[in-house]
Parts: sequence; C-alpha cells; structure tokens
Amino acid sequence: MNAPTSRPAGRPNDYTAYPDAEGRFGDYGGRFVPETLMPLVHELDAAYRAAKADPAFQAELAGYLKHYVGRPSPLYFAERLSAHLGRARVYFKREELNHTGAHKINNCMGQILLAMRMGKTRIIAETGAGQHGVATATVCARFGLPCVIYMGEVDVERQKPNVFRMNLLGAEVRPVASGSATLKDAMNEALRDWVTNVHDTYYLIGSAAGPHPYPEMVRDFQCVIGREARAQILEAEGRLPDALVACVGGGSNAIGLFHPFLNDEGVRLFGVEAAGEGLDARHAAAINGGRPGVLHGNKTYLLQDAEGQITEAHSISAGLDYPGIGPEHSWLHDVGRATYLTATDAETLEAFQLCAELEGIIPALESAHALARLPEICREVGPDGIVVLNLSGRGDKDVATVAQALGRRI
Amino acid sequence: MRSRIEARFADLKREGRAGFVPYIMAGDPDAGTALAILKGLPGVGADLIELGFPFSDPMAEGPPIQRAAQRALKAGMTLSGVLELARRFREGDRATPLILMGYMNLILHRGIAAFARDVAEAGVDGVIVVDCPPEEAGELADALDGADVSLIRLATPTSDDARLQVVARRTSGFVYYVSVAGVTGVKEADATAVAPMVERVRRASDLPVAVGFGIKTPERAAAIARVADAVVVGSALVDEVADAAEMNEDVTGRVLLKAESLAKAVRSARIGQTTV
Repeated sequence: MNAPTSRPAGRPNDYTAYPDAEGRFGDYGGRFVPETLMPLVHELDAAYRAAKADPAFQAELAGYLKHYVGRPSPLYFAERLSAHLGRARVYFKREELNHTGAHKINNCMGQILLAMRMGKTRIIAETGAGQHGVATATVCARFGLPCVIYMGEVDVERQKPNVFRMNLLGAEVRPVASGSATLKDAMNEALRDWVTNVHDTYYLIGSAAGPHPYPEMVRDFQCVIGREARAQILEAEGRLPDALVACVGGGSNAIGLFHPFLNDEGVRLFGVEAAGEGLDARHAAAINGGRPGVLHGNKTYLLQDAEGQITEAHSISAGLDYPGIGPEHSWLHDVGRATYLTATDAETLEAFQLCAELEGIIPALESAHALARLPEICREVGPDGIVVLNLSGRGDKDVATVAQALGRRI
Repeated sequence: MRSRIEARFADLKREGRAGFVPYIMAGDPDAGTALAILKGLPGVGADLIELGFPFSDPMAEGPPIQRAAQRALKAGMTLSGVLELARRFREGDRATPLILMGYMNLILHRGIAAFARDVAEAGVDGVIVVDCPPEEAGELADALDGADVSLIRLATPTSDDARLQVVARRTSGFVYYVSVAGVTGVKEADATAVAPMVERVRRASDLPVAVGFGIKTPERAAAIARVADAVVVGSALVDEVADAAEMNEDVTGRVLLKAESLAKAVRSARIGQTTV
C-alpha cells in the first residue's frame, strides 16, 4: 500500500514507527530534563517497554478499561447537529461518558498499573482543568496510593468543583502560585517534586508531552480511542471517515484518536487549538502562534516572546491553557499529515451552546473548540462526507465559567 | 593553550585548598547592581563565578533562584544583556573563570552556533545547561568545543557508575556534583554523604569536582570544602539580594559581605589538614 514516491517530502512511509529510540518525532521530543532525572527517565522507558510487550499487563489494563472506566465508549451519530451543519455525517466519539467524565482516565489507568509494577508508592501529577487531576486521584483511590496534585492557583479558582472532587477522592491538591499560576507552572512544580523525591515517586503526566517516553506512552494509552473509533465507524458506515477532529492543548485526546489512522492518508486530521481572545491577542495556540523551543522536557512548538521566554497562554478552557503542545503534533504539523486550526473563546461558547441544544450533550469547553470548527470541516469533506469528532469531556465542570462568560448568574 | 578554568584549578591545587564559586543571577535586581557585584566578587575571595541567565520556567530551581530570575526578567534582562555583563566583567578581570548557567530554550532561540560564538567573544569560560543532559547535548558540545568554551556536566546522587561514565565522556573544565536530589536551595547538603560520591566522580573523570545545591552557611561550605575541589553557593547569595533590596539597603555591599564570609570559610577549611 505504501508508495513512497507519491508522498510529499519529509513524510515517512510508516507514521507509527515514531518516536525513534531517542524519543524523537523528527526534530521534536527528546529528553530535556535535569541530570538527576535522567536515570529515572531511562528506568521508566525500560519499564514501559517491558509492560507494553507483556500480555498480562495489557490484559489487566483491558479489564480495568472495560469494567471500571466503562469502555468501549459509544460512537454516536450526531443527527441533529449534522442536519444543522449541512449534508456531512458527524459522529461523536463519546469519551465524556467514561468514568470521571473525560478521556484522561484511559492514560491514568495505564500509568498507575505501570507505577505499581515499578514498585512506586507515591503518585504526583499536574492538572489544568482538573480533569487529569480527578482521573489521577480516582485511580490512586482505587489502588490505595497517596497522591499529590499540583494545580495553578488561577485554575484552582476557576475549577473549584474539581478541586473538591480531588479532595473527596483523598488527593492533596497543592496550589501553585509561581509564574502565571496555571498548567505550565503546575508542571514545573510537579517536576520539582519529582526531582526531590526520586526514590518512591511516580510522576503521572496527563498529556502526550514531557520527556520521552511520556509522549509515546500517553499516546499509546489514549490510542484505545482511535482503535475503537476505527472499528465502530467501519461497522456503522462500512468505510473509514473523511476527517477526524479533536481539540489540542497538550493534545492527548487528539493523538489518541489520530494515531490509529495516521497511515490512512485518505483520512484528514484536524486539531483545533485555543485562539483565546484571538491570535493577535492572548491565546493558547502553540502551533499557530508559537515557535519551536524546549520546555518541560521536550522540544516542540511553544508560545514565547522575542527573547525566548515562555509567555502565558490564555483560553477560556483551563485544559487548553498551556503554552506548548505534544511533540508528535509538532511533527505531524511540519510534515503536513495533520492540519491545526484554531477556535476563539467566543466561537467555542457558541459551539458549546449549540451542542447542548441540538444534541442534549453539554460538552467540555475543551471539546467545544473542536465543535467550533465543524462547519468548515463539514464543508471541506462535502455532502455525504463522514467526520468523527472526539467529544473528549463533559461540560458539567464548566457551567460556572460559561454562565459568567454569558453574563448570567447561577 | 591552557584555559582559565584549568589554570585556576591548578592554582588551587598548588595552594592546597578548595575554590569558592559564588552564583549570582544576571540582572538581579538590575543590570547595574549585578555588574557591581560581579566586579566585586574576586576581591572578596571568589575563585570562579557562576552567572545565571534568567529563564521564565526554571524547573530545577527552588524558590530563591526562581524569584531571582523573575526579578531579573522584570528588570529587563535578556541573554544579550547577560553577555554584555560578562564582557564588561572580563574587561577588568582576565583571570577569574566565568561560567554561565541556565536553560536550553534561550540557547536554541539564539541559535546554538551563534550562542557558542557569542559566549566565547564575551569572555565566558564555561556553560552549564540545566535541562540539557548528554543525550541532547551533541550539537551544543560540538559548537562549544569549536569556540574553546567548556560544557560543564552535572553528576547527581542518582548517577550510578555507568551513568557517571556517560556524564564524564564529553565534560570539560570541571564536573559539577549536585549534592542533593532536589531543586536548588531547599534541602541541605550533607558532607558525609557527599564525600564518597565525590570519590566516585573522581574515579570516572580526571577533572576537578565542584559541589553545589543546598550549601547555605559558612560551616556547611567549609565541610564541603574538605572533600571537594570547589564549593558553589547560590541561593544564599541570591537571598541576600532579595533581603537587601526589600530593606532598601546596599545590595552590592550585603552580597559581597556574605560572599566574603563564605569565601573565608572555604579558604580556611583545610588548614591543619594533611590530606584531602
């Protein structure tokens, strides 16, 4: 099936062969961490490789995904939204129906099993919107491990219900006041904790970012989304979709959906970054408004100023409020396999309401960014085209934010 | 030609004492004060100097150096400004080795080749890049080699013997032993735990071993000076900047006074000792 001569320059024959042994996706990725962490990063890599190849580990994970997380998640034909948008057929991959209400738990379940296999006894994580924090606290409660969640003070304020959920699950939430007090600072603080508690602590990163092997490992654990969606759309429509669409902050829900389709070049891939108040104002669009650089252990597109200092991201959605993006997305962008669009806060709010009104589904603000670009993507695939959108999370956590943005009091 | 770093460690060996290496953040609290501190340090006993270049997201630093970087950035410090400080320092001091310490993103942003050329031109002798382990350092090591600037590597409590070999392979100047697993300026270094690690580093490399992270007091500095070739103190000096600035006191004077007390402790640590 591979015809190398028909591919644009720089495109590989097999997208799934990445990252390489050094953790590189083309020029992106790598292991840019302090020397103290290097032995741990190598140890994690070896442990993950052994687990990945171990059928017992995979069977255990599959069991928990089925009976605890509630997988497979449905692939749902969004009939009224499709009719509203024209003649394309839009399907939702219903990740919001997972236990804890988002795709994040797929990765947490995989990593907690790995952490226990490695004999680690303490879990730390960073969180932005709180979804990854809740998912981490959930698996820690389930397996009885102590858990510390780092969360920017700004995010603690705008995601109070999730902070309380984490507390109910027995996690300690440590507010982070340094820098911009959002997700990037929470990640700095988690890395500082890890470097200080190297012997017993497992850092459970929530996005397909950070030093190798995290981008690969998180992707692998999220690929259950794309594998299921592939089988489900073949069953529903008898063919592959014309396009996939997902929101992108760090990009774990997007890469989880995209990856099993990467070698199907007929399937177009659309990531949607948060344009916040607009690309000429405050935003969180690393690819559309940033340049390659190094942060949090990997080389990738980053928001930075003229001197190379990392700038603060802004999005109405705390989960996308991050100045970087997973390195595999940076690479897919450079080689042209995926297209990265943007949606502003205002467009996102409209799409959020439209989805609630037409489909009876309140989406997470993160996922509403993907919904916001559906009109263009549906036009692109044309009549009878098929689009699969990753409805990566539910919006219950966001109702206060949305009410405030709409000027309503609740 | 012998480098300034080699010459300085040869002098120290001859004198039979450890070197004192103060760390200050370039541009903290402002460029002028930082230059005055820099120029004053050799006079109060600095044998080498580490000059931090500020980054917005310093993942290996504890609160004192995080805040120092924020102050410097707020005062407008840039990498070009740091190089200008180095150049001005070098105009008045041809002997004291100057080591830049910071994070990879600013180097990539400038371009690795341009960075190597510019630091050499500014009279910088060595570079420590906190988030650039040997696995990622190939291109930077080549460029710095070409400019006769040392790329100084870190060894840590998590480095086993195999890892020390990797760390030592392309290190030049000296090896920096990070004495605690943690961020700068939080945990306290324990000389009895540091001594055997320094010996292990010496078995992996012929280079001098400087020890830093978690050394705050003259007593602690003296204890480390008995087992290492040089002692690095950062957070304690950076905290003096913060305190003096807050109290509206003479920042340069306070920092140099603190540096002097640390230097004396390091310089006199081995007096009466026959072997190291």
